[in-house]
Amino acid sequence: MATLVLDDIRKSFGKTAVLHGVDLSLHSGEMLVIVGASGCGKSTLLRLVAGLEEPTSGRILIDDADVTNRDPSQRDIAMVFQNYALYPHMSVFDNMAYGLRIRKLSDAEIRRRVDEAAGLLELSHLLDRKPAQLSGGQRQRVAMGRAIVREPKLFLFDEPLSNLDATLRVTMRAEIRRLQRRMGVTSLYVTHDQVEAMTLGDRLLVLHKGVPVQLATPMEVFHRPANTYVAGFIGAPAMNLLAGKLVQGGRAVALEIGETIPFADGPRAGADGMALTIGIRPEHLRLADDGFALPVDLVEPLGSETVVIGKLESGTLLTIKLAHAHVTERVLRVRIPPEHLHVFDAASGLRLEPGT
Amino acid sequence: MERRTIFPGTWFPILLVLPQLALTAVFFLWPAGQAIWSSTTRADPFGENSFFVGLENFSDLFGDPLYIDSITRTLVFCAAVAMLSMSVALLLAVCADREIRGRGWYRVMLIWPYAVAPAMAAVLWILLMHPQVGLVGAWLNHIGIAWDYKLNDDQAMGMVIVASAWKQVSYNFIFFLAGLQSIPKAVIEAARMDGAKGWLRFRTVVLPLLMPTVFFLIVVNLVYAAFDTFGTIQALTQGGPGKATETLVVKVYRDGVVNLDIGASSAESVVLMIGVIVLTAMQFRFLGKRGEK
Repeated sequence: MATLVLDDIRKSFGKTAVLHGVDLSLHSGEMLVIVGASGCGKSTLLRLVAGLEEPTSGRILIDDADVTNRDPSQRDIAMVFQNYALYPHMSVFDNMAYGLRIRKLSDAEIRRRVDEAAGLLELSHLLDRKPAQLSGGQRQRVAMGRAIVREPKLFLFDEPLSNLDATLRVTMRAEIRRLQRRMGVTSLYVTHDQVEAMTLGDRLLVLHKGVPVQLATPMEVFHRPANTYVAGFIGAPAMNLLAGKLVQGGRAVALEIGETIPFADGPRAGADGMALTIGIRPEHLRLADDGFALPVDLVEPLGSETVVIGKLESGTLLTIKLAHAHVTERVLRVRIPPEHLHVFDAASGLRLEPGT
Repeated sequence: MERRTIFPGTWFPILLVLPQLALTAVFFLWPAGQAIWSSTTRADPFGENSFFVGLENFSDLFGDPLYIDSITRTLVFCAAVAMLSMSVALLLAVCADREIRGRGWYRVMLIWPYAVAPAMAAVLWILLMHPQVGLVGAWLNHIGIAWDYKLNDDQAMGMVIVASAWKQVSYNFIFFLAGLQSIPKAVIEAARMDGAKGWLRFRTVVLPLLMPTVFFLIVVNLVYAAFDTFGTIQALTQGGPGKATETLVVKVYRDGVVNLDIGASSAESVVLMIGVIVLTAMQFRFLGKRGEK
């Protein structure tokens, strides 16, 4: 159980700035997920915390102690790597015991901890095997076990599930969450997968090009995305983003596709004519006889629901998720419900709340 | 994912491998056959008469204390060369594996000695170590250390070992560097996270993962030291002083080419050939086993 604080962390490789000032504070026992597209700097951030890279500036504090310049061995952190990074020449037992032997624990204690972790991860019958004799999921669990036995202050996960197949990923995702809850170890989890991010995190940090754009609970990020990037990144299928203008003294938006929609939650500050980006999630679009016409471009039946991609005459694509399975119409009539609008300033991309 | 091309017919494929087979036959099989044949004969120095003696050359050989001495000397020499060149190469490779300024330049410099011909290398070493005119040799005598590899057996042996090892460092360096770079970075980082530092990490994680390279190089270095050092030794000491640096290959040359005892020399080279075959078989077997995994 430990707290982690990042204070204005910046990192450049040569002239390329990768992280532009990240501030972060983790409570004890919290699981924070860093999510972003590839190249956003999320793995670099994790490696800085691990001590595998040194920040260009800024401080890292674990339990209020400044560890910025400490070697990884001095930080008491365990990390689960994307490709597992097991020691290929060691048995499963030795893989898990390695870090404990270096810390000079007694053989009995090592045995106890490894046996306990192996039991927890259902690895007990595999302790004598070499990593090459294990399946992907088993290797993943050994990597987890290696982190668990250390009983560290902090867990770091670097996209630990991305090398697994889809079914296994779902199982392991739940397993990781359960273990982390049970052990109560403060954790930092990096992923590009938004489902992992939503399901695993107590809080999410969305990184975009090295800049933290939103730090909030998964639900908050989903319901109130801080800018158009987050709006498009979180949620599947992605939110529809439409261009429009502020009208009626801030009470409504005139969309480029020809609809004018009043704001259900109150007027926005700004002069009429100000360029806006309006977000609407595919599942919030409604079919209505009095709606506008949406020619169907593509239908993706997913079983329990159907995703329809329509193409307006202007060329704008609009995605709509429908609960029923059969879409045979060539043209759908669609209505945008005012209560589900997300309003962003088109210039800055930032979310506009009512009344401000 | 092996890519194979199957050529149709019988004669076309044979035609394609014929040049290689011809080279092997002319430059390997034929001389080897000659050596085996003449190892069972005894000839006069002028080569006019030769007669079959069976395995007598071999029994003479192993009954000759000078030959046994030469075997011991060769073993010591090979072990020393292999150990010295491999440990220096490993050290240099570990240094070159890091992110350092001028890494490319450093690597090129290390690979250069490999391109130096054995006789040339020997001349360089003579210019360095000659007791009267050599840079280091003359200086040693100047400060009161009696250095003369032309008189002192151990000094002569030491010098041919160092000179031979030096030439092989480049080769070993390339393999060690490649071996080090093929170790996944994440595994090293995992060891760092587990708290392993410096020598401990090297010994418990890096070295075990480098073992295939080490085994491969041991065999290659033994073969090198046993056979390819002839040029270096011949140019430096000609096997002397006395027989102090007369390894098996040097002895083959001395007995056959200098002393014109073709039968004995051939028998010695056949023994060496068996040695190479055994070493190569070991290497194939070992590499084959690794390949199955």
